[in-house]
Amino acid sequence: MPILDNLWIIPLLPLLGSAVNGLFGSKWPKKIVDGVAVGSTGLSFLCALEAVREFFQLSPEQIPWVKQYFSWIAAGNFRAGFDLQIDQLTVVMVLVVTGVGWLIHIYSMGYMAHEGGYYRFFSYLNLFMFFMLILVLAANYVLLFVGWEGVGLCSYLLIGFYFLKKSAADAGKKAFIVNRIGDFGFMLGMFLLFRTFGTLDFLPLFAKAAPMQPDAMGQFGTLTVASLLLFMGATGKSAQLPLYVWLPDAMEGPTPVSALIHAATMVTAGVYVVARSHVLFTHAPTAMLVVAIVGCATAFFAATIGLVQTDIKRVLAYSTVSQLGYMFLACGVGAFSAGIFHLMTHAFFKALLFLAAGSVIHAMGGEQDMRHMGGLSSKIRKTYATMLAATLAIAGFPPLAGFFSKDSILLGAFQSENGGHILYAVGLLTALLTSFYMFRVIFLTFHGKERYDEHHVHVHESPNSMLVPLMILALLSVVGGWLAAPGLWGGTDYFTRFLGPVFGSAEAAGGESAARALELPLAGVAFFTALVGFSIAFWLYLKKPGKPEELAKSFKGAYTTLLNKYYVDELYAAVVVKPLLWISRDVLWQAVDVKVIDGAVNGIATGTTDIGDNVRHTQSGNTRSYAVWVVIGAIVIITIIFWPYLKPAAVGMVR
Amino acid sequence: MVPTHYYLILSAILFGLGVVAFVFRRNIITIFMSIELMLNAVNLAFVAFSQAWNRLDGQVFVLFVIVVAAAEAAVGLGIIILIARNRQSLNVERVDLLKL
Repeated sequence: MPILDNLWIIPLLPLLGSAVNGLFGSKWPKKIVDGVAVGSTGLSFLCALEAVREFFQLSPEQIPWVKQYFSWIAAGNFRAGFDLQIDQLTVVMVLVVTGVGWLIHIYSMGYMAHEGGYYRFFSYLNLFMFFMLILVLAANYVLLFVGWEGVGLCSYLLIGFYFLKKSAADAGKKAFIVNRIGDFGFMLGMFLLFRTFGTLDFLPLFAKAAPMQPDAMGQFGTLTVASLLLFMGATGKSAQLPLYVWLPDAMEGPTPVSALIHAATMVTAGVYVVARSHVLFTHAPTAMLVVAIVGCATAFFAATIGLVQTDIKRVLAYSTVSQLGYMFLACGVGAFSAGIFHLMTHAFFKALLFLAAGSVIHAMGGEQDMRHMGGLSSKIRKTYATMLAATLAIAGFPPLAGFFSKDSILLGAFQSENGGHILYAVGLLTALLTSFYMFRVIFLTFHGKERYDEHHVHVHESPNSMLVPLMILALLSVVGGWLAAPGLWGGTDYFTRFLGPVFGSAEAAGGESAARALELPLAGVAFFTALVGFSIAFWLYLKKPGKPEELAKSFKGAYTTLLNKYYVDELYAAVVVKPLLWISRDVLWQAVDVKVIDGAVNGIATGTTDIGDNVRHTQSGNTRSYAVWVVIGAIVIITIIFWPYLKPAAVGMVR
Repeated sequence: MVPTHYYLILSAILFGLGVVAFVFRRNIITIFMSIELMLNAVNLAFVAFSQAWNRLDGQVFVLFVIVVAAAEAAVGLGIIILIARNRQSLNVERVDLLKL
């Protein structure tokens, strides 16, 4: 077991790559930087593959495989070690992170070729891989939190990669600050878990939590509160209501970053944490319901915003928020493996969508507004083909990946006991919207009239280093869902069975036969919904190109609300940011800091000077005045010494 | 025999006069004399106690004080002569260079 015994090598390789490129990359030619960055992640991917091969040779009782490398924090009876763990869930995550991450590294070589700070970009990107792998391999919450914060840091660095652009720097800060709110909840959750269970290691913690009596619906016991706090962290990292606002702005970063961090891997960390903590969540039905409702609401909410956005990357960003909502919906209704399945397929097709969008932007020479595109399908055929595959996948056309994963989520929602039919209906409606806005992107970008200036824009296909990852991801988007395919006709859902040992009894215990009977009709409905979405987009954007504007005019209120993203940013600015700024600037700075603290310091200084100025006059140089002081002092001292004897006499005199 | 507290009261009066003269007179010579007056007031108190308790310590102190006073008079008069030479004045209020 060479790799399983040395799991640390998987995250360490990208860290080395990051350090080497960060320290020396500025002096090296691009080829060497490429080699270090892509080589280290590629090696890491190979190690992960080997680890998975060895993992399959383990006997079931050896899983989860935990390796303790060294003790990191030890205080009292608390211990947090650098412990790595691998089980079926980790296998999926590690393969997605290293695999997709490696492809995106390759893509970045082409995409970033003409950008400044080339080595810096790859250094950050490798560092991100390191932290993300720590996150998914960690065997306790503390180490997971290290990865959690680390990916947040890299996200900040990469969103603000073009730091000379104010909007990019601001977007980075926004992402960082919004995530702090969620992390606050996450930390409180960890503290609560430690106080309750005395450990933060996954295995003992879950072993202790499993036999506990589940909280009743509506009861806020320890596990419910802990779960909700962890979920609060997840809403920040995974861009759910109400903390999703940073993700659309994060599109200021380079497109490969959007694909890797803000679509495929980092933003799914919240889903991973919820799935990892499924033991806690299944003991907290209230928390589960909250997760399901938040996920469902986010899915729908973000999809509606995505309908009218004109920036190609922003549509995809809202689509990501929406799809993450699906994953939480799945977790919330207890279909954890469906959530993870969607996480995986989403990583394929959303990374592909972003990379293809990047290829389009590259072809258009930096243009991101879809209103200035159109008719590109014949000019960049390969990009078009791959993007179409991804669109079909996310819209839920069989037999592509998204169809199966979305289908299993909707099935889980349908079977859920707590308002499952409402969740299902909203989920289905979201699927319709998804299909619509994705085909809107396709039609606006690749079909119809050319709306750009042909003399200025030289449309060209991207280099092979960009196209090959696109094709691999397109292949994965097509076949990635087939693992679950047999479930459709009553066979075995390989993916669910593979994750079975992790989630085990946590999976929704809906009757198997009932599920099988439902699956095919529901899949049919989902497919029909996707078709409807496609048809509407086809009719609006291809057949009647003037129609969308008419619609926008006739529903002006709704349209502007959507275009302005429900004014959520403005609302947050008014409710949270402005008061905070007011408190910081006018109260804490101008009043407390300047007046109270500075005032005290300056007051003491001027007071001392004034006293000195006044007392100085006693030092007159006049010997006789000194003599007066001596006499006065002598009288005072004598009075004090003889006071006990003088007092009766003085009292007697007064009497 | 004269009671001790007579001596002490006389000593206190002399000392008080010396203090008042020291504080209020301006002529350095007069101030110098008031210092001598205070020293001798103290001497008087010493010998009075010496006699009251029939011990010699007080008289020994007095001899010491007289010796020191003689030395002080020698040095002090020298200083006064220098001041008189340099400033053409014996007014103590004009000798105030020792200040901030």
